[in-house]
Amino acid sequence: MQDLTKIAPTDTTTPQDAASILDVSNLRTYFYTDEGVVRAVDGINYSVAPGETLGIVGESGSGKTVAALSLMRLIEDPARIVSGEIKFDGRDIVTMSLEELRKVRGAGIAMVFQDPMTSLNPVLKIARQLVETMVVHGRLTEEQALDRAIKLLGRMGITAPERAVDSYPHQFSGGMRQRVMLAMGFSNEPQLLIADEPTTALDVTIQAQILELIVELNRDFKTAIVLISHNLGVIASVCSRVVVMYAGEVVEEGPTDKILADPRHPYTWALINAVPRIDRHVPGQRRLVTIEGAPPDPLNLPAGCRFAARCPFRIEKCEQHPELLEISPGRKSRCWVTQAGQDLPPPETSRDAPAEAKARTGGHHGETVIKRGERLLELRNVVKHFPLPKTTLFGKQKWVHAINGVSLDVAQGETVGLVGESGCGKSTLARVVARIHEPTSGSVMFHGQDIARASQAQIRPLRRRMQMVFQDPYASLNPRMTVGDILGEPLRFHEITQSEKETRERIAELLDVVGLTPKAATRYPHEFSGGQRQRISIARALSVRPDFIIADEPISALDVNIQAQIINLLIDLQERFGLTYLFIAHDLAVVRHISDRVVVLYLGSVMEIAPADTLFAEPLHPYTRYLISAVPIPDATIEAARQRLPLQGEPPSTVDPPSGCPFRTRCPIAQAICAQVMPPVAEVRPSHFVACHFPGQF
Amino acid sequence: MSVTAQAGVIAVDKPKSLWRRNFRRYGLPGIGAAIIVLWVLVAIFAPLLTPYTPELVDVTKRLQPPSQLHWLGTDMLGRDVLTRLIFGARISLFTGIVVVLVAAVFGTLVGGIAAYARGKTEEVVMRITDLVLCFPPIILALAIAAALGIGATNTIIAMLVVWWPKFARLARSMIIVQRSQEYVEAAVVVGYSPARILLRHIIPNSVGPLIVLVTLDVGNAIITFAGLSFLGLGVVPPTPEWGSMVSEGRELIEQWWVATFPGLAILSIVLGFNFMGDGVRDWLDPKSRRW
Repeated sequence: MQDLTKIAPTDTTTPQDAASILDVSNLRTYFYTDEGVVRAVDGINYSVAPGETLGIVGESGSGKTVAALSLMRLIEDPARIVSGEIKFDGRDIVTMSLEELRKVRGAGIAMVFQDPMTSLNPVLKIARQLVETMVVHGRLTEEQALDRAIKLLGRMGITAPERAVDSYPHQFSGGMRQRVMLAMGFSNEPQLLIADEPTTALDVTIQAQILELIVELNRDFKTAIVLISHNLGVIASVCSRVVVMYAGEVVEEGPTDKILADPRHPYTWALINAVPRIDRHVPGQRRLVTIEGAPPDPLNLPAGCRFAARCPFRIEKCEQHPELLEISPGRKSRCWVTQAGQDLPPPETSRDAPAEAKARTGGHHGETVIKRGERLLELRNVVKHFPLPKTTLFGKQKWVHAINGVSLDVAQGETVGLVGESGCGKSTLARVVARIHEPTSGSVMFHGQDIARASQAQIRPLRRRMQMVFQDPYASLNPRMTVGDILGEPLRFHEITQSEKETRERIAELLDVVGLTPKAATRYPHEFSGGQRQRISIARALSVRPDFIIADEPISALDVNIQAQIINLLIDLQERFGLTYLFIAHDLAVVRHISDRVVVLYLGSVMEIAPADTLFAEPLHPYTRYLISAVPIPDATIEAARQRLPLQGEPPSTVDPPSGCPFRTRCPIAQAICAQVMPPVAEVRPSHFVACHFPGQF
Repeated sequence: MSVTAQAGVIAVDKPKSLWRRNFRRYGLPGIGAAIIVLWVLVAIFAPLLTPYTPELVDVTKRLQPPSQLHWLGTDMLGRDVLTRLIFGARISLFTGIVVVLVAAVFGTLVGGIAAYARGKTEEVVMRITDLVLCFPPIILALAIAAALGIGATNTIIAMLVVWWPKFARLARSMIIVQRSQEYVEAAVVVGYSPARILLRHIIPNSVGPLIVLVTLDVGNAIITFAGLSFLGLGVVPPTPEWGSMVSEGRELIEQWWVATFPGLAILSIVLGFNFMGDGVRDWLDPKSRRW
């Protein structure tokens, strides 16, 4: 570590007594579009002390990324910084010359972006890219820089860094690339690191590793960190202070623990309450707290409080625009209500929870309980291997072992959650059940009929009973069809409606069911927001009146408030139509919230199956324990006290999976037998199945 | 970075760039369409537009410069260049459009089937396209046209044979991109047949670049047809055709009008199709549809 800190300026000041390193005042960045001026960042003020960790939270469109890009003046036409000051180390970034700016970029402020797949140059070796960032600022020679690059990569937790520097970015996984990005960010020992959603594209276990690393780097290098995220849990695990943005403004600012425990702006309040918590589950309370409506049109911002239209605490005074004022030492809020000294009470548990939901406390699902127990879907030893293209003509055919013998039952009316890291086969399994893919072997019994080998024509009648909702609301709707056509085509195709008039009525009914106006039928998908599109996607799935819906990460691409709305909608629909869900998500808190039973997958094999509450309370498989431990909790006090289980490394390749138990290569309690025999999925406790030789011993 | 250099000043909207964008969005496609419509009208009403006939030879009036009697001059055989240009529009436009449209439809279907079926079907189909693409298109067309015999129809058939593979290639790559989209999977889950998914869902989302290629290619096809005519295939000499007119005039440096005006005619129609192609692409895409 000595070598790393050698060229660092000696900095012994502590964050508390030093002046701020970054001072943003009245920053405004506007986009000059054809339609008008979009005020993306509209007068924000905040400061960062040396070595401090500041979080910036807000939903998409709140201006948090534009604000971060403005800090480095990485703003391009049609956007423009129209006013304000960004004082970095006493100099104003907004007005400094390009030459000065270049010195600040990289050397003074470094940035890590969200997408590790595109932020590294794919045609240059890692060494080249790292060395260049160091040499360009003239502080090191090429050899020194290479030496330092290797040390940095080692510090970032990359094994065999000597070999790693000679690789190309595509040879690394997403998590590894983010480590390289961090190494690059820290290569010039910046005083400030801006990390824009650095872990959003990563799996929860990898996210935990990267967040841990960021915290360590902050501690060891005294680098101040601005972490931008939509995830309050991520913010809570890293940041000591947080700034909440809404519609281009800062609406609340203060210490993370205080804000999370006692939000003083209704928007923060709504954000915190919209997220299901993995550590806390109130039986019977299925509906999440959501705020109605959408953020204001950035072209046409309201004159008064920008949140007023959606605010449950709205008062008359909200017609006027509130200022960001100190409400208690170190805390600021832009809200008339809390500025007047009032509290925002926690949401009532009965709120948004109609009678049917309460019925679930006793017997799950109220009336649909009658049908329960009847098996709707039965998977037996399902295997799906994909051939890889051969690299040489006479080479051995290689296979991706996506699913390796999954057996699973889904009963009528229940919600089965499917979790696991990316590449564990969740989506492939969903597509095998939906028969988009044909399984390599095994059987898929749906309504007592084996559909594993059936032709598409044979399955067609069953398509009316099984539908799917997809992950990406931007890709799952045909962009060239109107919403009316998207919903009407399945109706006509399956001859569910007999006349055009009936079709139109049914379309209007479907739109109403998912909470859209009938006018939506004449519009195209791109005219809707992500959440609305997901509603259209759900309406399409419902159009043929199915009883089983496979939901493949239906909420991962959405903001937390929209996530909560979609979860509530799915729960409503289940209660109304007695639907059965196979719900796939990587967000464990959401899965816990919505599921009756949870299935944990790893490398295409089932690790554990148990009722949701049991699984999260007493996980028996080591992998499940690691997964649960990796989820950051949006509560700074809990987060600080929590001892995280560090799951090292990354999942092995699915082309050449380990022998025996697939998890053994990362398992702390693995023994000789684990490498030889794949443990069977055994019922260790009533309705709690585990595939482990030593269940519960970790 | 010139933008941020002005930072600190509250800027108003920039009307100039807005005007330029609007012109690109509405103006150029309009101009392109106007050029094409004009040529189509010229082709239809050709006999009404000129007092001469295109094949009328009058050697005494050979190579006269543009004058009141002959606006665009006369060629080596004393034929009126303007008249030949007007009648030539019929053949050039017809062959160009027919060749490209038929090739595009056929190529898209072949490429679409290959991309959607994958596996052996794709291999076989794409190797056939490779086979055709192996040969220089003019030479192959020449060989086929020679085998079929001289004449406009045979030349068009020969051109079709060499023309479809590039559409098949492009369509295949476009469709491979589209077929992994979730809306296609959604269509599979609803239970639609492969033909319906291909024709109703995938192809409409893949046609953007194909239409651009079509519009770019009409000019190309007109030029290729002209080339074949020059080599003795395609139209038989007295028939007026732009490409052969350029060929006839290409060695007459001093009598510039003989080759220049048909050349400008080809240029104008290629530009027209290009401008209109961009407009059509934008119009086909509901995301950028503004009218």
